[in-house]
Amino acid sequence: MDMPVPSPSILARKDRIVARLRAVLPADAVIHDPQEVLAYECDALSAYRCPPLVAVLPRTTAEVSAVLRICHEEGVPVVPRGAGTSLAGGALPTADSVILGVARMTEVLEVSFPDRFIRVQTGRTNLAVTAAVEDEGFFYAPDPSSQLACAIAGNIAMNSGGAHCLKYGVTTNNLLGVTMVMMDGRVVEVGGPWMDAPGLDLLGLICGSEGQLGVVTEATLRILPKPEGALPVLIGFDSSEVAGACVSDIIKAGVLPVAIEFMDGPCIKACEAFAQAGYPDCEALLIVEVEGAEEEIRHQLHLIMDIARRHNPVDLREAADADQAKRIWLGRKSAFGAMGQINDYMCLDGTIPVSSLPYVLRRIGELSRDFGLEVANVFHAGDGNMHPLILYNANTPGDQEKCEELGAEILKLCVEVGGCLTGEHGVGIEKRDLMEVQYGPLDLEAQLRVKDVFDPRWLLNPAKVFPLHVTASRRAG
Amino acid sequence: MTAQLIPRDEAELSEMIRATHGPLAVRGGGTRGRAPQGPAISTTALTGITLYEPGALTLVVAAGTPVAEIEATLAAEGQRLAFEVPDLRGVLVRAGTSTIGGVVAENASGPRRVAVGAARDFCLGVRFVDGRGDVVRNGGRVMKNVTGYDLVKLMSGSRGQLGVLTEVALKVLPRPEIELTLALSGLSVDQAVAAMSAALGSPFEVTGAAHLPGQGTFLRIEGFEGSVAYRAGRLRALLAPWGEAREVPSAWAAIRDVAPLGGRQGDLWRISTRPSLAAGLIARIGADEVMLDWGGALIWVLTPQGTDLRAKLGDLSGHATCLRGTPPDPAPPESPHLAELTKGLRQAFDPRGIFA
Repeated sequence: MDMPVPSPSILARKDRIVARLRAVLPADAVIHDPQEVLAYECDALSAYRCPPLVAVLPRTTAEVSAVLRICHEEGVPVVPRGAGTSLAGGALPTADSVILGVARMTEVLEVSFPDRFIRVQTGRTNLAVTAAVEDEGFFYAPDPSSQLACAIAGNIAMNSGGAHCLKYGVTTNNLLGVTMVMMDGRVVEVGGPWMDAPGLDLLGLICGSEGQLGVVTEATLRILPKPEGALPVLIGFDSSEVAGACVSDIIKAGVLPVAIEFMDGPCIKACEAFAQAGYPDCEALLIVEVEGAEEEIRHQLHLIMDIARRHNPVDLREAADADQAKRIWLGRKSAFGAMGQINDYMCLDGTIPVSSLPYVLRRIGELSRDFGLEVANVFHAGDGNMHPLILYNANTPGDQEKCEELGAEILKLCVEVGGCLTGEHGVGIEKRDLMEVQYGPLDLEAQLRVKDVFDPRWLLNPAKVFPLHVTASRRAG
Repeated sequence: MTAQLIPRDEAELSEMIRATHGPLAVRGGGTRGRAPQGPAISTTALTGITLYEPGALTLVVAAGTPVAEIEATLAAEGQRLAFEVPDLRGVLVRAGTSTIGGVVAENASGPRRVAVGAARDFCLGVRFVDGRGDVVRNGGRVMKNVTGYDLVKLMSGSRGQLGVLTEVALKVLPRPEIELTLALSGLSVDQAVAAMSAALGSPFEVTGAAHLPGQGTFLRIEGFEGSVAYRAGRLRALLAPWGEAREVPSAWAAIRDVAPLGGRQGDLWRISTRPSLAAGLIARIGADEVMLDWGGALIWVLTPQGTDLRAKLGDLSGHATCLRGTPPDPAPPESPHLAELTKGLRQAFDPRGIFA
């Protein structure tokens, strides 16, 4: 993975930069000791590491503005960081960069139940947003699997999704407004607790821009009333193809489940060994969850089970109560842990049209054999967001490179069938060099021009999202 | 009739834009948004459904395709555009055929927006020709896509300022088995907003909440028959403090199309704000010709011609736009920083300033 060569001039100015930052922040908010900055050398894509020049942990928008103003004047690249849970390397520093972490900005600023929104500082974790409103029967809908740890700042940067997107959408569909600090320190308010933009939809542009357009310090989020209840049904099939057809039929029937999760044979076996959830031994497993009151849930589950029966399932289990529901979810929720116990793994995130599911799974199987690396598939089937897990051994020389090559082939396959490289994790550095597979030169140029408008000097997270050779001339300045 | 360019395909559209010196208004069916003055470029010849996969809830369609054609195609499969496209021809006194490109470019969304999202939330991908004549693609046809910047959102609601949409990919949703409308009567705006907030804050999945002074406060629920009956019962109980919620015939087409304020003299404004502020705002502007949608988050106001509503609203948490009339400035003002970003983006996509 190439990263830009650090600027010798910036490295030489470290003392001055630290002194200037210390002048505008409390002493404990500027971390510059070479040992201490190691805590910021990577995010959840831990195969890549590089300690930053300095890390700062401001507590207010004004402090963020002061930091950015200084970095702008000094020409120092800034890498914004939420909780550091990015799987795409979105918060990977360069040696000449300042890590701007919002982890200390966790306040709830305003809650309105009649207007159904909450305004928070963006260092607050996803789950802590729900915690602030759940006593009144509300929740914040996007639920990335890292929701216990991940910060709203990162959710906005990556436009995070989760298991329940089919019904509730992703971050961009639940974000009403932001306070954002531009690279030159200016503070802009975009949107607010209302439902549309008067002019251009800058909010929609900022969400998912991977910290390249500004640093979002405060966010107004839509909150929703919690459903009365939710229960899943588990359906086992002896082929992925049939499971895919069943998903399509459920959707066509007019049932809109909150989640349709899919696991393939290797994944089922690993989860079963790890969590003993009592899963059937089969080739494909669906967990379909519906919401509502007791009778509504039963009605929908029966519709789903009728459809499933037409596809000759090898197993069909309706959760009778919360306890059984928990058992059904147990295996799925421990999938990543189960894989981690067997091996190192790389988690992909490509999205495909649901109709291509059987073809894509077959091709992944072939690629897996060609590369000699096992792939287990677990994903959100309702919206086509795949999570193939490539198993490898980090201690075997050459295995990681081979794994990355296989990952690239699988993502190219996703694009080939009409899908995309990343459904919810973001591009970061991980998929940066594949952007030209999905987009042509003019498509990319249009995106680069957007960054030119927000950050003309290309100082914000500059080595991410786009292939380095495409951004070289812009970053040079 | 003013001069109009009607490209037959995307390539010709690109050539026409390269060749023109502008200014040029982008025109779909001319049924909504600002009525273009002067020469226009029209998308009406760019039509057709490219792809429709009911099992994947996705539709890809050329920008000039009539909305009615799309709705008929979806209806045949028991699906629909869930954001409920308003037909504003009546209230804006327009003729013409609404196109999907115009709907996306205006982010035009009806009563169900309060529950399921706006047009922009259902837009998965776009193709457009920018002011250079370059054809740009963004997004795709899958529901989850965070690959690069989301220009799909930027183009949704861009009102022809950044480029000409040629194709859009949309998420569609199943059409529910039944719809039921409950109405409360005799409520003040204040009471109506409180009742609507209680309903929208309940788990009973209200998909429409509107208040028409003098006519009633309307709440919609949709879904499978048994589920709707159950939720209607629970909602009635929840709404008891505001009176008896009676089942009434559907009023949603009229609410969607702002029909109650149609056919009358004056300027038509829409205000987007916090529902809890609605009653105070309405009192401040002293208007009696109003209508509330989205639980009070959207206020339609009919004012005497030439009224500067923004001046009356003062410091507004939200924004106000005049859709029909002659205010000094039809677009709401932005803060200086936002205005600069908007200007920068317009320059980036349309450096010659040809999109009027």
